[in-house]
Amino acid sequence: MQSRSWKEFLITRMIKISGYSAIIFVVMIFIFLLREGSATIVEVPLKDLFSTRWYPIEGYFGILPLISGSIIVTIGATLIAVPLGVCCAIFIAEIAPRWVREFLKPLVELLAGLPSVMLGFLGILVIAPAVRQILNVPTGLTAFTGALLLAGMAIPTIVSVAEDSLDSVPRTYRDAALAMGATKWQTIWRVTLPAARSGVLTAVMLGVGRAIGETMTVMMVTGNAPVMPTGLGSLFRPVRTMTATIAAEMGEVANGSVHYHTLFFIGIVLFVISLLINLVAARIVFRQQKRAERILS
Amino acid sequence: MINGPHITKPYVVFLFLVLLLLIPSCARPAKSSRVVSSSSDTIENKGSDTIVNLALAWAEAYQKIRPEARISVTGGGSGTGIASLINGTVDIANASRKIKPEEVANAEANGIDPVEFVIARDAIAIIVNLENPVDRLSIDQLSDIYSGKINNWLEVGGEDRPIVRLSRETNSGTHVYFLEQVLRKGDKNDRTLFSPDTLLMPSSEGISAEIRQNPNAIGYDGLGYVTDDLKVIAVSAGPDGPYVLPSAESVNNQEYPIARDLYMYTAGQPSGAILEYLDWIRSAEAQAIVKELGFVPIAQ
Repeated sequence: MQSRSWKEFLITRMIKISGYSAIIFVVMIFIFLLREGSATIVEVPLKDLFSTRWYPIEGYFGILPLISGSIIVTIGATLIAVPLGVCCAIFIAEIAPRWVREFLKPLVELLAGLPSVMLGFLGILVIAPAVRQILNVPTGLTAFTGALLLAGMAIPTIVSVAEDSLDSVPRTYRDAALAMGATKWQTIWRVTLPAARSGVLTAVMLGVGRAIGETMTVMMVTGNAPVMPTGLGSLFRPVRTMTATIAAEMGEVANGSVHYHTLFFIGIVLFVISLLINLVAARIVFRQQKRAERILS
Repeated sequence: MINGPHITKPYVVFLFLVLLLLIPSCARPAKSSRVVSSSSDTIENKGSDTIVNLALAWAEAYQKIRPEARISVTGGGSGTGIASLINGTVDIANASRKIKPEEVANAEANGIDPVEFVIARDAIAIIVNLENPVDRLSIDQLSDIYSGKINNWLEVGGEDRPIVRLSRETNSGTHVYFLEQVLRKGDKNDRTLFSPDTLLMPSSEGISAEIRQNPNAIGYDGLGYVTDDLKVIAVSAGPDGPYVLPSAESVNNQEYPIARDLYMYTAGQPSGAILEYLDWIRSAEAQAIVKELGFVPIAQ
């Protein structure tokens, strides 16, 4: 008996520690980023830091083109991936016959496991030339090409998580809607999807998170030119993202140099942006739950 | 059978892990004076992506003659190689550019005195798509193209197409050489920069792949990386020619204007296995491999 209670004690402690460690690691990562990156604010005048020219080997540390590059690629990927991913999840969960579903779901999940460097290679050899010829732009290495490939990576994540949450909506909800004379589409749009809203939103956020943090594919297909966007057309021009910049330049910099600190500062900016996305998502999910509770009470 | 005091163990292990993770972030970088132990049997060789294939071929050939020699070769860019030399993690750093004064200062602050060896020469070929009718450019035209003054192939005698400029990343020695010798034409006071819309490709292969399929593109690469499905442009130093194609001959008689030395750097005067290896690299046998790979051998 004593040995059993000891085991239980140990196991609960281990689980607790694993839980806390997640928080501790995030805090430690942030502290590390801050201590390495905060020096930038002293070393580079804010006016230069938020300027439009990035050419660190000559002392130009303007990070605006990098931030806007990341945002363009992420928004592009989101616009493509969210409708496709959610529709695909609805199809798998609600419409497809059982055998199609059994076949489709593992297939989509397999896609999620594709190494990003393989997708990048595919992008360079197939997608980029196709984009150049079809859209008749000077080069196929554009933000759009990056967004297409990132969407391809985000879709499996979105489909998988959204399908799970649609699937967990109780059968009785649908039966009730159908019993009241709702069509299948009305049931999906008005009942199933809102009921699974928080799960679908989590899926979308995971997809967006994957898009903004992705590095390898983006570095291979977006051309890495730190240009400021001038309008909608910038989607079809080369861009340089924050992640690709860190990856491409981290190997080169001397420890403790201004360039080194600035790369960490970019890391802080990325961290803050991801945090904001998560906060907004949490806010929306929270508000929706409140509303649902109000209606039910 | 197991009791009381052992229960605290997971905490201890966890604290230990946290401490382990904290140590690297607490230690201030760069200031410590670590010195590499060249006593080990393996020669660590790192740096320039331009040189990496050559360095691999050398290492292979050398290990056939000297089976006891162990040479590990990695790329990563000239800056990376030199940074590793400064940090004391490699025995030989490969660089496709000369070491910068501030890098020498950093190295000396770490107690390392870099010693330079010229190990081969390299012509930088200007390459375009096979469909591109342009076959010659002057340094002035190249400078104007890359700085963004010339934006259409029509202006240099080609078709009416936008020019897509391709370059290596800024950590590449080839990039720095190109900036100093082509964009700025060797003028130290010139502050010309690459046009911001220049595509920075992470590898030589990235440049070749884009040029193979894009008739708008222009790029530059070490001569050793040029394949038959790319068109090499003849380059002239002055506006009136002569226009010269890159080759071992035109580099050695200094007719081709965009060529540079390739270097290896060691931490202090080399001795033992490292010295033997460097001596062999500069022998006729090793320089034959240089030629095979499309680089230019150093004069014996």
